[in-house]
Amino acid sequence: MKDFAYVSAPDVATAVRAITEPGAKFLGGGTNLVDLMRQNVERPDTVVDITRLPLDRVEELPDGRIRIGAMMRNSALAAHRLIRTRYPMLAQALLAGASGQLRNMATVGGNVLQRTRCPYFVDLAARCNKREPGSGCDAIGGFNRNAAIFGASESCVATHPSDMCVALAALDATIELESVRGVRRLPLVGFHALPGDAPQHETAIAADELITAIELPDLPVAARSRYRKVRDRASYAFALVSVAAALEVRDGVVTEARLALGGVASRPWRAHAAERALMGAPATEESFRRAADAELAGAVAQSQNAFKIELARRAVTATLRQLHLPGGAA
Amino acid sequence: MRYVGQPIDRLDGVAKTTGAARFSAEYPYPNLAYAALVHATIARGRITRIDTGTARKTPGVLAVITHGNAPEMKPAPKPNQFDMSTLAAATSVNYLNTDEVYWNGQPVAVVVAETLDVAREAAYLIEVEYAEYPAAVDFAAEEGNARPQKSTMLSEADGRKGDAEAALADAPFALDLRYTTAQVNHNAIEPHSTTAYWDGDHLILHEGSQNVAWVRDHLAIRFDLPKQNVRVISPFVGGAFGGKSFVWPGTVLTALAAKVTGRPVRMMLTREGVFRTVGGRTPSIQRVAIGAQLDGSMTALIHTSVCQVGRTGGWSEQVTSVSRHLYDAANIQVQQNLVGMDLLANTIMRAPGESIGSFALEATVDELAYELGLDPIELRARNEPARNPLDGKAFSHRLLMECFEEGAKEFGWAGRPQEPGSMRDGRWLIGMGVAAAYHPAWRFPANLTVRLSDDGTVLIRCGLHEMGMGSATAVSQIAADALCVPMAAVTVAYGDTALPDTTTAGASSQTASVTASLLAACAKLDRAVFTLARKTPGSPLRGLRRADVTARDGGLYNGSRGESYHDILRRAGRASVEARVGADTRLGEIADQVRSMSKFLLDRRRWVKAACGAQFCEVLVDSDTGETRISRWLGVFDVGRVVNAKTAASQLRGGIVMGIGLALTEETLVDPRNGRIVNASLSEYHVPVHADIPVIDVRYLDDPDPTMPLGVVGIGEVGVTGVAGAVANAVFHATGKRIRDLPITLDKLL
Ligand SMILES: Cc1cc2nc3c(=O)[nH]c(=O)nc-3n(C[C@H](O)[C@H](O)[C@H](O)COP(=O)(O)OP(=O)(O)OC[C@H]3O[C@@H](n4cnc5c(N)ncnc54)[C@H](O)[C@@H]3O)c2cc1C
Ligand code: SF4
Repeated sequence: MKDFAYVSAPDVATAVRAITEPGAKFLGGGTNLVDLMRQNVERPDTVVDITRLPLDRVEELPDGRIRIGAMMRNSALAAHRLIRTRYPMLAQALLAGASGQLRNMATVGGNVLQRTRCPYFVDLAARCNKREPGSGCDAIGGFNRNAAIFGASESCVATHPSDMCVALAALDATIELESVRGVRRLPLVGFHALPGDAPQHETAIAADELITAIELPDLPVAARSRYRKVRDRASYAFALVSVAAALEVRDGVVTEARLALGGVASRPWRAHAAERALMGAPATEESFRRAADAELAGAVAQSQNAFKIELARRAVTATLRQLHLPGGAA
Repeated sequence: MRYVGQPIDRLDGVAKTTGAARFSAEYPYPNLAYAALVHATIARGRITRIDTGTARKTPGVLAVITHGNAPEMKPAPKPNQFDMSTLAAATSVNYLNTDEVYWNGQPVAVVVAETLDVAREAAYLIEVEYAEYPAAVDFAAEEGNARPQKSTMLSEADGRKGDAEAALADAPFALDLRYTTAQVNHNAIEPHSTTAYWDGDHLILHEGSQNVAWVRDHLAIRFDLPKQNVRVISPFVGGAFGGKSFVWPGTVLTALAAKVTGRPVRMMLTREGVFRTVGGRTPSIQRVAIGAQLDGSMTALIHTSVCQVGRTGGWSEQVTSVSRHLYDAANIQVQQNLVGMDLLANTIMRAPGESIGSFALEATVDELAYELGLDPIELRARNEPARNPLDGKAFSHRLLMECFEEGAKEFGWAGRPQEPGSMRDGRWLIGMGVAAAYHPAWRFPANLTVRLSDDGTVLIRCGLHEMGMGSATAVSQIAADALCVPMAAVTVAYGDTALPDTTTAGASSQTASVTASLLAACAKLDRAVFTLARKTPGSPLRGLRRADVTARDGGLYNGSRGESYHDILRRAGRASVEARVGADTRLGEIADQVRSMSKFLLDRRRWVKAACGAQFCEVLVDSDTGETRISRWLGVFDVGRVVNAKTAASQLRGGIVMGIGLALTEETLVDPRNGRIVNASLSEYHVPVHADIPVIDVRYLDDPDPTMPLGVVGIGEVGVTGVAGAVANAVFHATGKRIRDLPITLDKLL
């Protein structure tokens, strides 16, 4: 890989100053960035190591919200009592990701910003609009079995691979960003972009911004939630389709529903249409399927991934069913 | 026998688990330089420009070698069945001695630098332009261009008994099915690595290899050296599975890089580099047709296959070989076909042919059983042959039905409802499947020496290969028993061309091959020591006949009369006595080869020898998503004599794990537009992970084959055969769906 300068930032002020150097990149756990550097997809001049930043705690705020430091390791977050009890879908999503070793390294901030696993994206011999704008897209008409079914464009059909973000989308999390220019907060839903004709623009973060925290609202419905990941092997594989769901049922009627899908778009896909269909509906298999259908009406397949539409339909229905069954939240 | 059969720990276990074992990319030479490859990005064509300017100017770069400046090498020899070493070349390309590109990924430049990082960075900075030629890279599309495969001395590509097509047409029950299997790659944990240096006109190589003699012979040819000027050292190999049998480009180019720079050079391929420069298992298209009577007896069995070979080389798989041996069909027709492709040469991978061939055959047999309303094991019993079905040769040994019987009992086979989709546990559909495992037994000539020293220790010198299966341990056990010495007194020197040439660690033949020579050498040694003893003045054994004497406790005794080897040698004033099997002159070697080859062929005319077994599996299929998980596995095998109960079980279990990968998860994606492998990494190429593998129960009957040395038939490959068939059959039992295309991914079950 290319030679680079290495800066280890002791505090946020140093970090956000260091990142203003041209060609600088933050280094979290490095599980994505270092791989991409080895593959020459990323070639930073300076690497700003942020793992020493004191942002590795989960705090409960006075108003009941939860604030997660961006340096928190994925495994530590999954094991945290508040997360396991109040937001089980998030703990499950984290544990469904990668492998134990990777989760011990991966940070929350890095997880949000991890790049797509589209195989052509990491092969410099392939055409890829995301890596090299205007070069074309080898996934279209090539291997696209795990490509997007929502929001893809003619220039890119890649998905965002994170499991954690799917739960965060369902939970209406907020991302806190800091730079030398100040602090701002953005909702996670909408933070990741659809490709349009500029798939190289992946998120709303600016080049000089640091993710400092993720905040979760106080959300009682989330205590009864579940993350279901469907993949090609039992562990250590990215989602073909995943579902984060929370469901509140009173007297057999759905009174609150949260639903997001993973592995289906360039962003964690908040399933608003399905949520609307569920609200006020009887909590039956029929309603669950109808909700899935409402969401998937807008799905579009590539040459190899039509099965993902049917798979998503079944995964949504099954997850809601399992949530609704007595003891099904486990 | 005191040691043979025991579950003895591998002798190199501690060295490996503590990191003391040194693999070929771990030899620290002062002055070591590092090499990295640049791979072609087109399938076929010519290099029109190659810009190495920036790379060469990068600080730390020692050399950039391309076809423009590479020293001339001799081309790979034409393959010749009578000179095994000519078969060593993985491809016929004279790397960096040509501007032509024959596959997407072919090395087109090598960078040598002071550090690995500099070498890889400089490799990135090289720009190559090509003139592209049309190329055939889409296997599915090339099916129509397949041609009949040629038979060789070791492997017949076709066979026929009666008129199978006519019998099929007349059969009251007939199935005629098409199967496809994906390309897969070995993915040994140790990527291919070479450390090479030149000492004058001597070339020394550390190389993870399954055949050090081939590496030596091949490099001697390429660099125009006498064979004895090349030494290949390979004591530890981090897995191979066939992928380290032939000589691939990285090996040749590391030697070249060391020559150009005059430095010791290490090249460890990246995982991507392994995918791009070391072939995998061919994809296949197969037809299996079976005709049967109402009682299940087969009247026709047809098995044909289409596989690929690279235009510059590639192994021709014996896909239909299982159909020559397994079922007593009245009419049989087998035919293998090949299509030439502008792709990297495919190669042998654990049970080449039998692994994928047994999938198609065993799935069809299962389907037939359901058609006939028979239990699949009962159907097999009704078609179990007394002699080899295709040609009536005798089986040297075959306990296949005994394996099924024991397995059925242990697995609870009889208790299952036969109806598909009838077993369920919550959201999981449960299915049980069974299939036969079968792999031919081979034996090749092997040279070695056994030396007894006056301290009572035994040294075996043989160039065998240890890729993790415990070969040296097994050899120690056998020698300790043969000479009646404690195992601790035996040392095996192996994995080095400075030792006698042994044999390839392939075709599950190494243990049988080495055992034959080892037993012969030990017998020779015993005679020599006894002769010495009875001639030495003052020896208590003086004047006795050999028949009066038994070997025990590290010596020779007649009742209480006798003495230890130590005393025999001391008394005779000898530091050691050595016995040798195999000639040490070139002429003697050729004579040996001819002798053993004719013996081998004679033997083959007489016997059909094999390891076999019964694979039982239980799967869970998620009724919503089609996710398939294996929940139980039992394999019962007839593998002749088991030398080491522990390493044998590991071999069989490892084969089953590999078979589960073949069945459910593994697929090398070759882009049909340009022949480029798209998932050249372990994150996107899915080998099974721990969570995919249940407890695997492995048993064996431990019944020696009377025609093989010590009764050993080889266990390295039989474990992978039948696995995919058993999985597919279990998936059918769970879901009612027949998936005839590997791997069985969930999309095929929705
Ligand atoms: C083999 C493999 C399998 C995997 N499987 C899964 C899976 O199944 N599911 C899943 O969800 N993930 C999976 N992952 C991805 C893994 O979760 C991510 O690599 C990880 O979360 C990234 O975190 P990191 O801290 O290592 O990020 P890094 O690699 O350090 O950084 C990633 C990117 O984020 C930027 N960055 C990091 N932190 C910040 C910050 N605080 N502010 C601004 N920018 C920042 C970096 O500059 C870089 O661009 C897998 C990864 C691998 C290698
Ligand atoms: S889908 Fe997107 S990431 Fe993949 S090749 Fe096309 S442009 Fe690149």
